[in-house]
This record gives sequence, structure tokens and C-alpha cells, in this order.
Amino acid sequence: MTFELLLQMFPIALMFSAPIILTALGGLFSERSGIVNIALEGIMMVGAFTGATVTVLLENSTPAAAWYGLLAGLLAGVVFSILHAVASINLKADQVISGTALNILAGGLTVYLCQIIFHQQRTRAFSNGIQKFSVPGLSDIPVLGRMFFKEIYPTFYIAIAMVFITWFVVYKTPLGLRMRACGEHPQAAASMGINVAKMRYFGVLVSGALGGLGGAVMVLTADIQYTLVSIHGTGFISLASLVFGKWNPFGVLGAGLFFGFSTALSFYAKDIKFLAGLPGEFFYILPYLLTIIALLFFAGKSVGPKAAGEIYDSGKR
Amino acid sequence: MTTRKEKIVLPLIAVLLGFVLGSLIVALTGRSPLAMYAAIVKGFSGIDILNGQPLNSRYIGEFIIQAMPIILTGLSFAFASRTGLFSIGAEGQLMIGSLSATTVALLVRAPTVIHLPLVLLAAILGGALWGAIPGFLKARYNVHEVVVTIMMNYIALHFNNFVILNIFGSVDRVKTAPFPTTALLKSPFLESITRNSRLNWGFIPVILALLIFAFIINKTTFGYSLRAVGYNKEAARYAGMKVNRNIIASMAIAGAFAGLAGAVITVGTFNFGRVIQSAEGYGFDGIAVALVGGNEALGILLAGMLFGGLKAAQPLMQSQGIPREIAGIIQASIVLFVAMKFGIKMVLDKFERKQAPTTEGDRV
Amino acid sequence: MSYIVEMLHITKDFPGIRANDDITLQIEEKSIHALLGENGAGKSTLMSILFGLYQPDSGSIRVRGKEVKISDPNVATSLGIGMVHQHFKLVHNFTVTENIILGMEPHKGPVIDIRSAEKKVEEISKLYGLAVDPRAKIEDISVSMQQRVEILKMLFRDAEILIFDEPTAVLTPQEIHELMQIMRRLVEEGKTILLITHKLKEIKEVADVCTVLRRGKLVGTVSVADTDEERMAEMMVGRQVSFHVEKGPAKPGEELLRIENLNVKNVKGLLGVKNLSLSVRAGEVLGLCGIDGNGQTELVQAITGLTKIESGKIFLRNINIANLPIKERTDLGLGHIPEDRQKHGLVLDFTLGENFVIHNYYEKPFANYGILNKKAILENAERLICEFDVRSGQGAMTPARAMSGGNQQKAIVAREIDRSPDVFIVVQPTRGLDVGAIEYIHKRIIAERDRGKAILLVSLELDEIMDVSDRIAVIYNGEIVGIVDAAATTENELGLMMSGALRKTHAAPQAVHA
Repeated sequence: MTFELLLQMFPIALMFSAPIILTALGGLFSERSGIVNIALEGIMMVGAFTGATVTVLLENSTPAAAWYGLLAGLLAGVVFSILHAVASINLKADQVISGTALNILAGGLTVYLCQIIFHQQRTRAFSNGIQKFSVPGLSDIPVLGRMFFKEIYPTFYIAIAMVFITWFVVYKTPLGLRMRACGEHPQAAASMGINVAKMRYFGVLVSGALGGLGGAVMVLTADIQYTLVSIHGTGFISLASLVFGKWNPFGVLGAGLFFGFSTALSFYAKDIKFLAGLPGEFFYILPYLLTIIALLFFAGKSVGPKAAGEIYDSGKR
Repeated sequence: MTTRKEKIVLPLIAVLLGFVLGSLIVALTGRSPLAMYAAIVKGFSGIDILNGQPLNSRYIGEFIIQAMPIILTGLSFAFASRTGLFSIGAEGQLMIGSLSATTVALLVRAPTVIHLPLVLLAAILGGALWGAIPGFLKARYNVHEVVVTIMMNYIALHFNNFVILNIFGSVDRVKTAPFPTTALLKSPFLESITRNSRLNWGFIPVILALLIFAFIINKTTFGYSLRAVGYNKEAARYAGMKVNRNIIASMAIAGAFAGLAGAVITVGTFNFGRVIQSAEGYGFDGIAVALVGGNEALGILLAGMLFGGLKAAQPLMQSQGIPREIAGIIQASIVLFVAMKFGIKMVLDKFERKQAPTTEGDRV
Repeated sequence: MSYIVEMLHITKDFPGIRANDDITLQIEEKSIHALLGENGAGKSTLMSILFGLYQPDSGSIRVRGKEVKISDPNVATSLGIGMVHQHFKLVHNFTVTENIILGMEPHKGPVIDIRSAEKKVEEISKLYGLAVDPRAKIEDISVSMQQRVEILKMLFRDAEILIFDEPTAVLTPQEIHELMQIMRRLVEEGKTILLITHKLKEIKEVADVCTVLRRGKLVGTVSVADTDEERMAEMMVGRQVSFHVEKGPAKPGEELLRIENLNVKNVKGLLGVKNLSLSVRAGEVLGLCGIDGNGQTELVQAITGLTKIESGKIFLRNINIANLPIKERTDLGLGHIPEDRQKHGLVLDFTLGENFVIHNYYEKPFANYGILNKKAILENAERLICEFDVRSGQGAMTPARAMSGGNQQKAIVAREIDRSPDVFIVVQPTRGLDVGAIEYIHKRIIAERDRGKAILLVSLELDEIMDVSDRIAVIYNGEIVGIVDAAATTENELGLMMSGALRKTHAAPQAVHA
């Protein structure tokens, strides 16, 4: 692999990393508050559908349509995640089953709405998604400039900013301390007067916001329209990044970059001599295979929030 | 409420609520719920309420075709679930089963009595192997089966396509050459009595699978130990049971059911191996079937028929101007309501208490 | 003196049971008031009502003379009521300070001001003599330190009325003594203490007044100085009880269990059992006592096969079982009543009948060619239910989950004794049971001893160890620090060994060996 090729891969890899990082950070909020969220895939689908639809519908009236699309995706993710919150917090549903139901629901609902709005099983294609740009000045730095600042989607910077914001909120503020307490030992938190349900709502809704944003980012940077297969497992990869990153924002950043690069590799494999002979399917499989291998090496050692996935019963002491 | 009554009443309520929600969505998007129900009735029986057509056995045959694979993936999810595992892997195990069936169907030349059983066996073994992998990773390295089975589904999808395209040399990049008839479950007799539906002998292995499931779980010592592991892994270990072996065995058997489903589709409904664009949802259908069916054989049979009929009704809905995805929406809502069973139970209990006449009011 | 808290004519019903029946409890300011009763007497319900977790069906509560409605724990906190829970409510990977400030974090702008919080924690701990490192993580500090954190949590919130729920269950006699001093210090500083316990000795040592509950009803309130322990015990149980276990002298025979130089790692990957040697003979009960977390769990799990050992040997009648699978150990005659009956002892979603055959479901008559014989399983259950007086709603078909804790334990005891193991590892057999059930289980253990079985009794209850055992081994930090004759030792001596302050060279049975 030449160095030049590696430099070329950077913008693509970062493009794929951004939605994974954002969504995994969403998962971090949810799981740190004690709610397992395997509905991330469905949340991304809803965010992607909404983002694409809003962009298509607004692009004739405003040049910033795609940015409204991102915002709409975020909001749609929040609304959709309310279902998971109500089911698993108020109605004490099994969180994995509830999440599975939402994943199925998202597929049905988004394509149903496509049929209602666009009379086909996908959204209409938008002409412009989020545009790449180069950071003036910084993009002229040798090497580093080409890696991180030239022809980059601004969504990557949003993802990086979210990593720092998440770190600050989770580890430095009272809100974060309380949220983590709810994920580790909800009875302890409740005995200190913390409203466990409220904290968990916060966690789940933030995961909806970031997952919805992640989905919209994905469709508006890497696609031309929303289809049933636009997300194709990225929500699950985000979930894996969360485990891989040990429920830590910077770990999530690393894992997200790793999976971004493994996806980008499938596009550049044909240009890399010793990979060119391999069939395309090999590279489609790669991120999933790497996830399993990563889990194998790291999952045994990493420990998630203790109470995540447990049904919290305020009567239990 | 007693637990027995709960096991019947709660899924029924969930089904009811799911249809209510589905109707609501249909109505809100300006379509007619009535037309949807008419399509569903027609999907099950061919009876057309709106245009006054009578029972049509072709529709019955087609709805059974839809029910067969998802009953099997339902058994797959349920079997793992009884051992305390949440397997989302039926989709991928089904694809590998289908691929194994394709391989044997294309490469082996033999009379039907040998060829067909070999095809089914290959599918069962392929699915079992694919299921055993996450079982092994769970048992040996304690890697969570939910994430692994999801990843294995995507791997199975692309692996299937790779083999079909590169090894069996698909002409149109969509499917393989047709299988020899010796490998097929197809039956001119069954087709003729159902007005040329695609009904085939696939229902026989499905019924056998249901019986085997019930027998293993309820009657055997193996089933006893699987359930013990499912309910309380630690207690099973304390009692000296081989917990890890049970986990692998359970996942392999779950995979076998799903693998069989792959054969039923590939050599029953179709007669060629297929390139698959994305997951076809048999796995998630199976989860819905198993959850609504309470992880019991009889419940799975009934739930499988319900969701099979719903799938059969999809094209009919589409032709009524109702997007076919409403079936998936209803199914997902039913699963969501099943998941909320504690909540629904709380509401029911409150309701029951209010209904019970009390003299408390008089005392005050 | 005036009453700071009054709970008047409190009644609370749960489906099928009246947990509190017209109970009145009046607590004087700056006193230590004990609340005595067996498990299920209604103590926790009453305290949960005072702490705002439950609402009473009738009755009223007054705090400092004013009638109040305590709708949730936050109201209790604002009234100055704090609770030190029996099962500590601490987040294990948080620091001491983080646990204490949780929910009331001092902050500078949006950021938690951890420095000033640590300073305040230090100040309070100095004032009340509760030394603890504010920067330590909970998982790294001892149980008694964790309890101090629980107390500090209340003091940080300016609690005036402190409820202690069974606070001594996990402490050594010396630590209990320290806790009593802390309680007195708290009262000197103007606090009021409500002590929930079933241990009469502690009440005698520290409390001023004692209120006794039995089966949800108030038995009476007495002055501790004027009432002897026997009288209070009688009030609690409803009949005369002797807590002394009836038993004849042990007739130890051959050595059935011998442990040599055993090393076992704990969950943290450190050695939890260090070079430990021990032996138990036929016809004797060897009690193993120590503070929770000193290697008991690791030792028991190593003997029974739930944990792999690092090195060493475990002989059951001269067969080294140290590396055998659990099943083979069981077949060789090892029995085990596990520490946690709900985690290891029972499959709660199985019926009672299914639970009874958990060791031998695959053997005749319970199975034939791999197919279960439901009739034989049922008959077996009915026999055990009858013989061991296990009570349950639907007999053999009752889900274990639906049974009371006492009957769950009886079911495990029945199953294990019925197998008649030669070496019997009995762990915490009576935790959470009432006096009747405790007496019964102790009797059955002694009966097994008298049938010539070797019994290793592991318990955190010092009284139980001293009453039931013939010899007592003390474990500290993974090592046996002494083996003493149960009849000749004292609580004080055991306590010193449990805290590592005293070592006694291996005494006892060598003399009989020849």
C-alpha cells in the first residue's frame, strides 16, 4: 500500500467514521444510564429516512436543506426513541426485545412512509447532500492537512466535538455522575433522591438524538437517497464500537475510526496490490468479521455498566 | 391472573393492540383500514369480502408457504431462548442452510429418496454449524451472542452471494441454474389440489420440527438441563451440568431449525439458489413468532400461521393502495406489546381490582 | 425529653398479608431506640414507611411534634431522616466522595467541585470519628469502611434521625464494638438513632429503649436497662426459646476431607485462598468463621468445583478431587448447601419437584433412556415435602419462586441431606430465616453429624458457628489463622483472630489421630 493511497483513503474513512462515532456515543448515554439500546440500527434508519426526506422536500427552497435534514433526523431519532424509553422504563419491557421490535418497526415504518410520500419504496434522490469543504489554512499543512482538513465532510468535526462534549457531560457534571450511578446501581441512586426513570429517559432520548443524527449524517454524506438498506448494519457496528471502546467516549472515537477505515478499505482494495485479487464480498464481510474478532479480544476484559439491561423495580431493595 | 391464563391472554392482547395500532396508521395516512382487513382475510382464505369471491384453496396453499419458514425460524429463536440465549442469528443460519441445500442439490446426482434427504440434511447441518459458532464464542470467551449473531447474519449474506456468483457461476447474477427435480420438495399433487399454489411437501419437515422441539424441551433429560441452564446458569453449574456444552448444543440445534427453513424455501418455494440483496426478514419474523407464541411449540405454530397469513396478504394490500410494509409495522408493534407484558399486566390487574366489587365505599 | 419521631397506629396491608397492624412507635430525641423482631415481623415495612418508600394504609407520622406525610425518600431526607441500609447502596466504581455527594453535588458552574467536596467529607468524618479516605474507590475498601461511607452519606445531608438496618451482620465483634462507639458519639453530637436488629446482645450493649414486633403486631416497648435478654427473646419469638443448640459430644472418626496447601484466585485475579490446609473428620462439625470476603467463598467454591484452583490438593477420603468436574465430586459423596440459595441453590422458575432432582434427573428412576419420568419425580417430591415439612401452595408443582425464603432453604436442605453425602459443605444455612426454621436446620445438621458425616459449616453469624460447631477454624485474608475448640473459645478470641490480630497454632485433633 502506498502512502499516497493511505492519504486518499482518509476523507472516505472519516466520512464513514462520523455516523458510527455519533451513534455509538448515543449508545453510550443510553447504556451508561442503564438501558441497553440495540434499537440504534432502527433509530439510524428513522433518522436517515427523515434526513433524506426533509432534504428532498426543502432543497428547492433553501441551499441549507441538508442541514435542516440533519436537524430533522436528530429530532425524528428523539421521537422514535421515546418508544424504547416508554417500553423499557415505564412498562418494564425486556430491553433487547423492545430494541429488536423497534428495529423491525423502523424498516416497516420508513418504507411505508416512502410509499405514502414518494409512491416508491425509497425516497427520491436529493441533488446535494452535505458538502465537503477544506479548512482554510489548516488544509495546507503538509500530510496532516490532507488527512484531516482537506475535502472533509464537516460532519466529522461534529462527531469529534460530540466526543469531547460527551466526555465533559459524563465525567465532569452532576448530571453525568447521576446518570452513571443509575447505570451502575439504580437502587443506590434512588436512595439518594435521584429520579432513576428521569435519568434513564435522558440517556435514551440522547441516544435517539445522536442515533438519528448519525443516520441522517450517513445518508446525507455516503448516499443519494434513503432505501431500506441505507444503514445496512451500521447501527450494530456502532453498538460494537461502544463495547470495543469500553463505554468510554475516547474509546468510542478510536473504535469508530477503526471501523471507518475497515469500510473504506473495501473501496480501495482493488488499488492495493496484495488485496486486489480478493473478491468484493470479502471486503463487505470485513467490518463484521473484524467486529467479532475485536469482541473476542476485548469483550472478556471490558466491563459495561453493571445494571444495564436489568429491569429496575423501585420496590426491590 | 394465573400464569397459565397470562400466557394465553397477554399475547392475544398484544396481537389485538398491534392491529389497532396498524389500523390507526393506515387511517392516519389516508388509507382504508377496512380494505386492509379485507386483504388479510383474502390472504388467509381467498374469500374476498369486498367483491364477494368464495374460498380459494390456492390462497390457503400460498399462506401455508409463507408460514412454513417463519415457524422454523420461530422454533430456532425459541430453542435458544429456552437456554437463556437471545439469538438474532436465524437469518444468517437460514442463508447458510439455503446455500448448503443449493450445493447438494446442484452437485449430487441421485434418485429423490436419497437426494432430497441429503439436501435437507445438508441444510440442517449448515445451519447448525453456523449457529454453533456464536454458541462456542459465548461458551468459551463469553462474547455476547446478540452482537455476534447479528454480525454473522451479514457475513452469511455476503458469503452466500460470493459462493453463488463465483462458484456456481450465475448467468444473470441473480440465481443459479435450476436444480434437478430429484432435489425438490415440490409436488404436482399438492399444487393441483390447491389450484396451482406453490404448496409443497415442506410442511412435513415443519410438523416434524414442531414435534421434535416439544419433545426435546418437555420430555427429555437434555431438555431439562437446557431449561435449567436457561433459567439459572449458576444453579445448573452448581448441580454439575455441562453449561458450556449445553449452550453450544442449544445454539447448534437452533441453527439446525433455521437451516431447515433455508432448505424449505430453496428447494420448496424455489428451485434455484439465489443471490440476496439484503436480509429478507425471516429471522426477525421468527423472533416475532416465538415471542408471540410464548416459546412453546403450539404457540409458535399458531403465531407462525398468523404472521404467514399477514405476509401472504402483503401483495393484496399493495394492490389496494395500502403500502405492503404495514404488515411489518403491525408485526413489530405486536412484538413491542409482547415485550411490554409486565406493563400490560399491571394495567389488567388494576382493571381487575376495580371490577371486583368492594364494600369499602360503604365503610367510609 | 420530647419525642422526635412518632409513628401512631400504623397499619399497612400487602396482598394477602397485613405487614403492620396498628403499630405505634415513639422515639425520644438523642436516644438509641432499638426495633427488635424476627424476619417477617414487619420491621422493614415500618422503616420503609418512615423513609417514604411505602405509604401506610392508616395511621399518622409526626416528626418533632408536627404531623407529616412522607411521600418519598426526598421528603424523609428533608425532614432529617436518613437510613443506613443493610445492603449498602454504594456505587462500586465511584470514589467515597462521589458516593457521598451523589444527588447533592457541590459545583462550580456546570462542573462538579470535587476538591471542596472532598474537604467537606474529611471535616465531617473527623467530627464524628469516622476515618475514611475520601479519594478511595468503594471496591477497594473494607466492608466496615463502606458502612462508614453509608453513615457519612446521611451526615453530609444533615440527617438528625439515623436508621441503622441490621448494621452488624457483616462486622467482626471488634468492629461491632467500634460501631457502637460511633453510635454513642453520634448521640452525643445530638443525633437520634433507630437500630433495627434481631441481636439481643447489641441491644443490651447500646440501646436505651426497645420496641418489639412479632408477625406485624406490636408486642411492647421496654426500657433496655430494666429488661433481660431472655425476656426480650420471649417477646420476639412468642415463646420461651433457648438459643443453645442441643447436641451431645462429637465422636470424630476418620478424616474424610483434607485440604493441603490450597491456593485459589478470587474474581480480582489475586490469591483469595493462600496455602490453606484444613481437615474435617467423620462425625464432627468444623465451623469456619471470618469476616465476609476473607476467602470463604473461594474456599467453598474450590472444594465444590465451582472455581478452578491454582495449586494444592483436596482429598475426599484419599481421592484428590481438586481437579475433578463438579459432577464427579458429587458422585464421590460431596454435598453442598450453597451460600446463595437463589443464585446457586434453586432454579426459581422450576417447580419444587424439578428442583429436587437437579443432581440426578438423568438417573433411574427419574429418567429412562434420556426421557424424564414425571411420575417418579413427583413421588420423590412428595416424599421430601412430607419428611422435611416443606410448605408450598401447590406441593410438588409449586414454582420455587413462589415459596417463602425459609421454605426455599428447607427444600435445599431436604434435597442435599436426602442424598446423604459423606462430606457436607454447609454455607450460611440459616440466613434470613426465623427462629423456628433455624432451630430445625441446626437440628438436622447435628443429626447428620451424629450419623458419621463430616460437616464444614461456613457462616458469618458468630453465634451459629459457636453453637453448632465442634471445632472452629478462623480464616483471615485467605489463611487459616487458628483452629480452636468450640467449647473452650470465646467470642473475643475469635474476633481478634478474625481481624488478624491474633494467631493460634493448629490445635485439636492430632491427639485422637492414633
